[in-house]
Amino acid sequence: MAAPTFETPKLLDDTATLPIPKIQPGAMQGIKSFVASDKIQEQLGFPGELLPNWKERAIERMGELLKKYRGLQVFLDSCVHCGACTDKCHYYLGTSDPNNMPVARQELVRKVYRRYFTFGGKYFPKLVGAMDLTEDVLDQWYSYFYQCSECRRCSVYCPYGIDTAEITMAAREIMDSVGHGQKYSNEILGKLHRIGNNLGLPGPALLDTLEGLEEDILADTGVPVRLPIDQKGAEVLLVTPSADFFSEPHVESLIGYAKVFHAAGISWTLSTTASEAGNFGLFLGSYENMRKAALRIREAALELGVKRIVVGECGHAWRVAYSFWNTLTGVGAGADDPYGKMLQQQLDHRYKQPSHICEVTYDLIQRGVITLDKSANDHRTVTFHDSCNVARASRMGDMPGGQFIIPREIIKAACNNFHDMSADTIGEGTFCCGGGGGLLTDDLMEVRVKGAMPRMQALKNVVDEKQVNFMATICAICKAQFTKVLPYYGFDMSMVGGVHQLVSTAIQLDTKE
Amino acid sequence: MTTTTLFFAGLFYVATAILVLGLARKIYQYAKAPAPLKIPTTPAPTTKTGVVMRMGREVVLFESLFKSNKWIWIFGWLFHVGLAVVLFRHLRYFQQPIWDIVALAQPFGKYASFAMVAGLLGLWARRFLVDRVRYISTPSDHLILMLLIGIGLSGMGMTFVAHTDIVSLKIFMLGLMSFEINPLPQDPILMAHLAMVATLMIIFPISKLLHAPGVFFSPSRNQVDDPREHRHVAPWAAELEK
Repeated sequence: MAAPTFETPKLLDDTATLPIPKIQPGAMQGIKSFVASDKIQEQLGFPGELLPNWKERAIERMGELLKKYRGLQVFLDSCVHCGACTDKCHYYLGTSDPNNMPVARQELVRKVYRRYFTFGGKYFPKLVGAMDLTEDVLDQWYSYFYQCSECRRCSVYCPYGIDTAEITMAAREIMDSVGHGQKYSNEILGKLHRIGNNLGLPGPALLDTLEGLEEDILADTGVPVRLPIDQKGAEVLLVTPSADFFSEPHVESLIGYAKVFHAAGISWTLSTTASEAGNFGLFLGSYENMRKAALRIREAALELGVKRIVVGECGHAWRVAYSFWNTLTGVGAGADDPYGKMLQQQLDHRYKQPSHICEVTYDLIQRGVITLDKSANDHRTVTFHDSCNVARASRMGDMPGGQFIIPREIIKAACNNFHDMSADTIGEGTFCCGGGGGLLTDDLMEVRVKGAMPRMQALKNVVDEKQVNFMATICAICKAQFTKVLPYYGFDMSMVGGVHQLVSTAIQLDTKE
Repeated sequence: MTTTTLFFAGLFYVATAILVLGLARKIYQYAKAPAPLKIPTTPAPTTKTGVVMRMGREVVLFESLFKSNKWIWIFGWLFHVGLAVVLFRHLRYFQQPIWDIVALAQPFGKYASFAMVAGLLGLWARRFLVDRVRYISTPSDHLILMLLIGIGLSGMGMTFVAHTDIVSLKIFMLGLMSFEINPLPQDPILMAHLAMVATLMIIFPISKLLHAPGVFFSPSRNQVDDPREHRHVAPWAAELEK
């Protein structure tokens, strides 16, 4: 296949609000990520290739999901086609393809739902907009449900809270269950199940890397900051995206976490078996796979006897950890069943379980346990990109919206120059980076570049007006996506980095020795 | 007793049965399906009271729609509030004596119909004028709007233009409620009005009008944001731990 050629959207010079494009039907119909091989599929318990009776099985699976997920049933019934969501998806704004409007994306499933599960669709399909499940429809599903990053922006603006992410997850789960999965996500989840992290790093490689990082920090700072692994009896188990071990700029944040624990005198450890916070089971919409991946953390916590579980900078991982770990594996509080209690009696409930690394750092700053020298970051003028899963599917601290306040407070404690991007592009209305939800693959580069346009536009505005030169974020996918996409828009790829990268620069290591 | 009276009496019994049983069936279905994961759209309330407030703002003020699009919000809100007041005024045809509050609402109820129809016309115009909304509109979207506008206009016709025999209509309606059939006034506008209302009742539980009960069951709006404090496990998910 020839390298895809496409035009990067043009950014406007001076704009307060993004223009809404006219629809261009079919603009992105041909864009598809690679299909998973039989080997990849079977590792996850899915059929290796498209089943001969796939239609029947798909409809049957839809029926099962409708009974298992109230959200799916309610969301498929409730849409009135009001149009409130039509200009809210970054993929629509960047591609003009009407099937990237949340409502139209949902309709791809809803039309099939109507045809097989509702009176109107069974007897008056044309009238109510119902359609048979055909190969063409499957083809459209495969295109457009891998052009959704499950970022939930649409769900903020829907008068019924219809969350396209839930529909996308159901569609992907149905496609997986008939043997038509996506190579990128499914291969990575297979690696996580088999080896313990998304990158497929075995334990010895990890040890090597951590030793190397310890040497680097010592050379840089003269302080022996440790990155311990598999340390039984440590207070904290840190679970972080595996990109933090190898990728730039991710690793800078890992160094930041290590320095925070060092400066605060908290004993901590990583784990070779739970060396991944990411959980692509979420992207697949597969409860069983998501649970299986999360169980590694439970097992490591039980084995290492830790009192606290802390999660590194990763958006979807924090959604799974914050919102789902307690449900899936009992990492949390308030269990009254033996399974949940087994772990929860071990954990120290003076701290939130699990905690986000930003909650930990913020608390230490508040209590004066660690000291930051803001001037160390004076070469940076910083803005903050709220990651979708943190913003709209989780929380930090005790207060609703703490997920917006806490990272910004850390940044402000670590630097002198901070400016937010325009208000409708941050907080709960934040634009996805364009690479989340299982789209962070080169075969979807066009979707990623175009989908990043709204964020790039907002960034350009603060670069032009406030001379911003650093966009901090707390998500491994955001970091990887921006590193790749920034140059398409004429920005330097090193403009993106982690919040704990800023902390790492500013933290005073010798004050609490 | 004329055939039309019998027809409309029968129609209203059937329509009421379909509306009530159909909605009960859907509500049972929504209530019975578990929500296995905590998925409130955050920032979300951390207490049940907070959730009740959030849902209240959503249902009464259309909070999310307000954030989203001011045109849809103003038309949608005008229509729904207009409809609510009009419906409340209509209680007078189903009770004797009339509650004071219903009598009090009479003048407001009459003029609320203008808000209702204006809102509907605005919403309908968007289906033609905005290319994105045109793209997603189905024939049934247009028909439901026509039906509601038809109900509004025929009702306004009887209120403001050519009065129907409202006393006989009330006797007919009160009769239906005690399974007694009294003659229906032979007024074509009234009959059109009633036929359209019955149609709306019949399609309610099988159409997008299900957004009315649906919103209360929407997990992104009705869940408390407390997953770290309380372990939330659906029955089918608990099976996986055995």
